[in-house]
Amino acid sequence: MTSTTTLHSSAGPAPALAGNDAGASAGFALGLPPRRALLPRPAWAALFALVLAIGIGVPFASLVLPASSPFHLSAYVLTLGGKFMCYAIAALALDLVWGYCGILSLGHGLFFALGGYGIGMYLMRSIGHDGVYGSDLPDFMVFLNWHALPWYWHGTQHLAYALALVVVVPALLAWTFGFFAFRSRVQGVYLSIITQALTYAAMLLFYRNETGFGGNNGFTDFKRIAGFSITHPGTRTVLFLLTFATLVLAFIAARAIVLSKLGRVVTAMRDSETRLMFLGYSPLAYKLFIWTLSAVLCAIAGALYVPQVGIVNPSEMSPANSIEMAIWVAVGGRGTLLGPIAGAVAVNGAKSLFTAYFAEYWLFFLGALFVIVPLVMPRGLAGLVETLLARVQGARAGARASTLIEGRSKS
Amino acid sequence: MIARLRYCLCAAPLLFALVVSAAHALTPAELAPLAGDDFEEKSAAIDKLVAMHDPASLAVLNALADNRALAGTSAQVLIQDSDDADHARDAITGKTVAIGDAQPITLNNLLRSKVSGALAGLRLASPDPQARRAAIEALLANADPSMKPLIDSARAKETDPALKRRLDTLWAMTALSDRDAAKRLEAATLVAARRDPDTYLLLRPLVAKQADGSFAEPDARVREAAQKGIDALDSMARESRIAGTIFAGISLGSVLLLAALGLAITYGVIGVINMAHGEFLMIGAYATYLVQNLFQRYAPGAFDWYPLVAVPAAFLAAAAVGIVIERLVIRHLYGRPLETLLTTFGVSLVLMQATRSIFGAQNVQVANPHWMTGGVALFPDLILPYNRLTILAFSLAVIAIAWAVLTRTRLGLFVRAVTQNRNMAACVGIKTALIDSYAFAFGAGIAGLGGCALSQIGNVGPDLGQSYIVDSFMAVVLGGVGQLAGTVLGSFGLGLLAKAIEPFSGPVLAKIAVLVLIVLFIQKRPQGLFALKGRSA
Repeated sequence: MTSTTTLHSSAGPAPALAGNDAGASAGFALGLPPRRALLPRPAWAALFALVLAIGIGVPFASLVLPASSPFHLSAYVLTLGGKFMCYAIAALALDLVWGYCGILSLGHGLFFALGGYGIGMYLMRSIGHDGVYGSDLPDFMVFLNWHALPWYWHGTQHLAYALALVVVVPALLAWTFGFFAFRSRVQGVYLSIITQALTYAAMLLFYRNETGFGGNNGFTDFKRIAGFSITHPGTRTVLFLLTFATLVLAFIAARAIVLSKLGRVVTAMRDSETRLMFLGYSPLAYKLFIWTLSAVLCAIAGALYVPQVGIVNPSEMSPANSIEMAIWVAVGGRGTLLGPIAGAVAVNGAKSLFTAYFAEYWLFFLGALFVIVPLVMPRGLAGLVETLLARVQGARAGARASTLIEGRSKS
Repeated sequence: MIARLRYCLCAAPLLFALVVSAAHALTPAELAPLAGDDFEEKSAAIDKLVAMHDPASLAVLNALADNRALAGTSAQVLIQDSDDADHARDAITGKTVAIGDAQPITLNNLLRSKVSGALAGLRLASPDPQARRAAIEALLANADPSMKPLIDSARAKETDPALKRRLDTLWAMTALSDRDAAKRLEAATLVAARRDPDTYLLLRPLVAKQADGSFAEPDARVREAAQKGIDALDSMARESRIAGTIFAGISLGSVLLLAALGLAITYGVIGVINMAHGEFLMIGAYATYLVQNLFQRYAPGAFDWYPLVAVPAAFLAAAAVGIVIERLVIRHLYGRPLETLLTTFGVSLVLMQATRSIFGAQNVQVANPHWMTGGVALFPDLILPYNRLTILAFSLAVIAIAWAVLTRTRLGLFVRAVTQNRNMAACVGIKTALIDSYAFAFGAGIAGLGGCALSQIGNVGPDLGQSYIVDSFMAVVLGGVGQLAGTVLGSFGLGLLAKAIEPFSGPVLAKIAVLVLIVLFIQKRPQGLFALKGRSA
């Protein structure tokens, strides 16, 4: 273990592994690099301040301030912010597998949607008799002339059970798929295409009425969550804060994983899987762990997303949606943790702007992003910031910045 | 006398008594209901006309069939014989009268088929064999039991053996409910021998049980004959279904092949999954659309031959776009396959949106040339459309050309060399960058040909490529990369598999099952059916 981790330092001159006083240069050095703090002290302070500001500011602005105040957060803004944060969590999840493990998944939309459907089942059940037909069953089942709930709907009236489903179902699916795919060492473009086929197949399945998830229309028309009206500003604020908390926790967890020994093995696997295998590691378990974790994180993002936007349907599983997630990560800068969060917010912000003002150019813009980002700024926004910082602060400070933003991949 | 009797028999049995006494000249009272509004009365009046069978009533029936009969103001029936729009002939007196306010006599569908059936029945006795043949065919298509007496007598008199056989069948169809069991047996045997799915409905009641458990048909021999006929029909339907499935599978496979072939070439050479490949299909289809429009406007006479121009146009258009994309984008991303994947996806978004801006989001119409419409009937209920057959032949031709280019030309040699080992190829002096461009353009051009073919069987719209792209990826993955034989086998295998599963599970589940099978298949053979041999693989 000791020797394997240091061997890495010969891989390239760019990211020095140890902190500010990176001792290991291009040479060969034995011994573990010093353990790095989860976050530098100023970053902790900034994070704490942000949590405080959001935790107090948002409820105040949305609930206490009157609607006439210019600082009042309307339901629209609150939902938009919540949506963006859900996307950010999903981007973070995708970055874990793509940026750090080298697996470009074009199927993360599936896990996102599965999480959404999991919580959606609970939300449909909690409509109760307030639906159009006033029946025990969700409206779409009445419409299909069904008389009983399918077996997989049992228990979904309990929020805790639905939350368990949100985690367990995508985890099982991801684990099973990953086990078969990674065991036979399907890699690179092949793997991407197969993940895309997976989400495509799932989309077709969910479009069918017989599957029992509302077909084309999916789930919508939710009334309440955990007993609270879903449209009430208070509920919206709580959901927003929950999403924010999840994002912060996910970021810290991802940071911890990336910095851990496990994270280092995973990064090594990205850079040269064969070399790692020669050193005696079996990549399967590492890959499976990261892959499944990423899927679950993405599902949680989906589960937070659906109550806020109030609808989930199979179009969430369309291959195009999943590829769009990849562009969030690419724009932000993969192989960094803040990058994908920024990328998700930036791309979706642009999307909101475009669809509001010049809708027909949005796809041109998105297409151009896909083309230009890999060509011109392969390291994304994070890389851009890094370069700028380096320019401003000179070479020495630049080295520090590059360590802040964890190991970038080459492919 | 005999002739008179025969004509009398043509009436429906209920009218028999009336018919015998009614052998007299046409009276205005008999025609009056035709000019009225009541369809029941019109029907009865037509029956009477049929029963009379004299030249005057025949003329009225013919006029009714051709929409030349008019109802005069005083309930008389007028017949328009000439193009003269102002005058017509009175059906009874034969005098020419002014049409004035006379209105055409309207018939509903039931009466229309009654009139045409009756005319056909009457023509059965025509001395002209051609007329008899036409009458028999008309009655076969729409056999009316009330025609039985006419058919009986015609059958007894018919001398032409071919016509006699047709007449036998016709007779059998009306004789299935005869009181004589021997006749029913003969009829059932004859009907069963027709092997026409339309006769299923005639045979079915013969073997059906009534509510009390007894057979509706008392004679066991008749039932047996009918059952034999049903079994034969069933087995024919089964064969037809199997043949239909195979044809649908091969047809889908040929379409997939056209889509996947170019993909396999570009992936093989450049190692790049081109997500914009579907859009090259679309470009080919729109090029076909443009060529079609040009022909429609400037050379409508040669419209049937527009594919001759459309095929090269589709190839060149897609290849040109392909070469531009390769030069501008893909070239700069060599060695970064995952990013190329994303980039080409972006290209596909831009191409689709550009198409929407230029041609609109709606599908455009591409018409088949005349010789591609219609089809050959393999079974009565299985028609192989000419356009699908053409595409099958076309895809085989394209694969032959691709094979020839890759194995028989210098360019093909270079392409294969780069596919096998890029560095080594560069070492021996091949300009690999140039080969990349050519190979990409070639692959794109083949996709353009695929688009040209697709425009003949499906909708042409901005989303055209999207519907085929996942399947063609699967065909490439299944077949193995850079292998023509693998792609051919992968495409046809996928097409047949999908169509074979479809009847049991519906199209959506079939698609899912195929995807799952492919994922499982890759477990066993990650390199596809055909792996490249050599160190580089």
